[in-house]
Amino acid sequence: MHYPSTHKTTHRLHRFHGGLHLPDNKAQSTGRPVRQALVPELLILPLQQHIGAIAKPLVSAGDHVLKGQMIAAPQGLISAPVHAASSGVVVGIEDRPIPHPSGLSAPCILIRTDGEDRWCELPEPIGDVNAINPDTLRARIRDAGIVGMGGAAFPTSVKVNPGREQPIDTLVINGAECEPYITCDDMLMRERAGRVVAGVAVLRQLVEAEKCLIGIEDNKPDAIAAMTQAVKDIGLDQTTVVTIPTHYPSGGEKQLIKVLTGLEVPSEGIPARIGIVCHNVGTAAAVADAVLEGKPLISRLLTLTGQGIAEPCNLEVLVGTPVSELIRRAGGYTNAASRLILGGPMMGFTLPDDQVPVTKASNCLLVAGVGEAPDPGPAAPCIRCGECAKVCPANLLPQQMYWYARAKDLEKVQEYNLFDCIECGCCSHVCPSHIPLVQYYRYAKQESWALDLEKHKSEHARHRHEARQERLARLEAEKKARLKKKKAALKKKPTAAGTSADPKKAAIDAALKRAAEKKAQLAEKGVKPENTQQLTEAQQRQVDAADARRKAARPAEPPADAAAVETEQQDG
Amino acid sequence: MRFPTVTSPHTERPNSVTWTMLWVIIALVPGSIAMIWYFGWGILINMLLASLVAVAGEAAVLKLRSRPVMPAVGDLSAVVTALLFALAVPPLLPWWLTVLGVGFAIIVVKHMYGGIGYNPFNPAMAGYVLLLISYPVEMTAWLPPRMINEQVLGLGQTLSVIFTGTLPAGLDWDAITMATPLDTMRTQLDLNIMISEIRLSPLWGDFGGMGWEWVGNWFLLGGLFLLYKRVISWHIPVAMLVVLLSIAMLFHALDQETHPFGLFHIFSGGTLLGAFFIATDPVSACTTRKGQLIYGACIGVLIFVIRTWGGYPDAVAFAVLLMNMAAPTIDYYTQPRVFGHGP
Repeated sequence: MHYPSTHKTTHRLHRFHGGLHLPDNKAQSTGRPVRQALVPELLILPLQQHIGAIAKPLVSAGDHVLKGQMIAAPQGLISAPVHAASSGVVVGIEDRPIPHPSGLSAPCILIRTDGEDRWCELPEPIGDVNAINPDTLRARIRDAGIVGMGGAAFPTSVKVNPGREQPIDTLVINGAECEPYITCDDMLMRERAGRVVAGVAVLRQLVEAEKCLIGIEDNKPDAIAAMTQAVKDIGLDQTTVVTIPTHYPSGGEKQLIKVLTGLEVPSEGIPARIGIVCHNVGTAAAVADAVLEGKPLISRLLTLTGQGIAEPCNLEVLVGTPVSELIRRAGGYTNAASRLILGGPMMGFTLPDDQVPVTKASNCLLVAGVGEAPDPGPAAPCIRCGECAKVCPANLLPQQMYWYARAKDLEKVQEYNLFDCIECGCCSHVCPSHIPLVQYYRYAKQESWALDLEKHKSEHARHRHEARQERLARLEAEKKARLKKKKAALKKKPTAAGTSADPKKAAIDAALKRAAEKKAQLAEKGVKPENTQQLTEAQQRQVDAADARRKAARPAEPPADAAAVETEQQDG
Repeated sequence: MRFPTVTSPHTERPNSVTWTMLWVIIALVPGSIAMIWYFGWGILINMLLASLVAVAGEAAVLKLRSRPVMPAVGDLSAVVTALLFALAVPPLLPWWLTVLGVGFAIIVVKHMYGGIGYNPFNPAMAGYVLLLISYPVEMTAWLPPRMINEQVLGLGQTLSVIFTGTLPAGLDWDAITMATPLDTMRTQLDLNIMISEIRLSPLWGDFGGMGWEWVGNWFLLGGLFLLYKRVISWHIPVAMLVVLLSIAMLFHALDQETHPFGLFHIFSGGTLLGAFFIATDPVSACTTRKGQLIYGACIGVLIFVIRTWGGYPDAVAFAVLLMNMAAPTIDYYTQPRVFGHGP
């Protein structure tokens, strides 16, 4: 399955099961070069634009911030900071709608920009990556807030740790961009191939990979040419730009690895387990920016396309820019605009309005026209035709999973390997009954997680309860043992004391004897006990003086309750 | 600006149930024309009557179940059931048997199990078997093909036979009807007549019965069309036909006088119609690739066994229904290896 392409590659390719050949609709947005989007009046920066722990704000309302300044710090290992995308004043930290399928709000830092776009002081560029400590590089990537820009938004600094158990053999760079309409990676590779390859070099150094494969679909000949040239120019050894067939979803991490290496990432495992690390081309470019220029991740390329947009194009946008501003920059909506989609047509989700900001992981705004995404009508019953199984890249049985997901039989749906589903949407696309299959799997996954959490919680509670019961039983047993011992000791004593008939009397006598001995000892040393019966003259004088003072200070007879209060106070 | 929230994918969908059914109906056209040509107007009348009953029955049940009528009737699945039933029954079947068979198929076999997608049995075949067991005489009274038929009935005569049961003057049932080639072969073999002798009759063509073999060819063409349109996959028909042919050839090689040659089984009765149009009914068949091979192969075996040693001349319907019962189990044990899982 080798498509004709301008660049011959001798690299052996492999196939994955299923997949689709979709009309790619990429030409619409690649006609003009990438332009800068304008700095919006208000930047909305969600504190969580990544997988992992939410970032902690470092600023508060009223603070003046500079472009590139860290305004929220990562918390924990798997987290990422957030930077101000332009200079201005923080006007608040509050919940705002974020681009998420749920349509929910999440905490965001709002910056009223001042139009100066003034940079803060950036860290020193690192010229020679070979000379620098890898941990310093990793810290730089972490501080720059870089996350996987292919869509998953996993913190890159975590991913560039070389495998602890398994050495990394191959670095796979994902330039497949298999989803229709999206062209931001294509344009990035065409226009900034040098930057991407420089980032690849840094990534490869960090993961200590022997070789590097850059996979690009054959519908991007310009990008392939530019990348091949850049690899040659930079002189990266053991690095191959591989042309792969245009076949959705070859840009899925697991699918791309299979196509390029023939290896399958084990179920529920990460690529590092088979000696591979995979990064997106956008991530590589961001790494180059951070390392070679000290710039944090505050902007990215974004495709604006679809029949609903007047001038489909690619823009370099500041993270946090509201969607409406970007649409305006792309000529506004056309009359055809019927659906606002973040991401591509297969995996993207609709936005209810255009006031949400774009984030580090946003790659495409697709404003679909009526003809592009017609309403498929209500879902009909599954006729078990098996089309879904035919196209499933994970080789699952979607019709069976649907059956059990619908019946809420979570155990069974997991038995059919629900968690191997990558939610690519192939099954939903081909379903003749127009069942939103992926929705069912997402639902089943959420329910399973919730159930696991619930199970975990109840397990935890049970453990605690059992531990408490055990502790109480132990304490009880110890108490009993102590009492028993005491009883036994008391029983034994009379026989042990022997001579005296009454043990109590003997004990008192012994105590009196000890006290008398001590008194005698003290008397010998010349120490007199200080007590009221034997006051020295000086002491007696002090006492008398104090009594006189007290009498003078107090009225004749204080009321009873006042005296009580006084006593209380004295006690206190 | 506000937009509707819709679930992904945001694409124009290439498939629909209605189109799937429509392709099946289109693929049935050549075989149906051939049958009408060889066996007369009765076939066409049955097809129309069965379709009418199926659609009316489906609409009525949907109403009773308080389900929207239009999208369900519009998917044409009831029409496909009706057509397959009509192509399986004799051309002069009394109208009320067609109504009974199709009504049973749609109301009991399809909708009592939940409607399209939920029926464990192929409705057309269940309706056919109900009639075959209950009315064996009417269900085995076929017509001779046009070439050897001396009493070809006109449209009016056929209508009157089907709807009133009155034969044209001077004719009786024995004169106009005839057993199918499969039935003939079986009856005569039971009488210990040698195949070489049986085949002397003018009833036979090159592979199977006169006329029948051409009907088979045209259904084969329709089946290839369905494969080309990817409405069905090759697994079930190929497994079924290859296994049936292999077993038949093996037995024929062992004893040529008591076992007809391999192609006879392929080009007789409902084999080709069954292989491409009935066994491939997605709802009641296996869905895994490996499962489909097993399912098809078992149908092939059962057809041979029932035709050779069973109590009925043809066996496609029984074989399909028996395997319908096994389909879920086969599916369960033939799940494909999932990506990233061990072999």
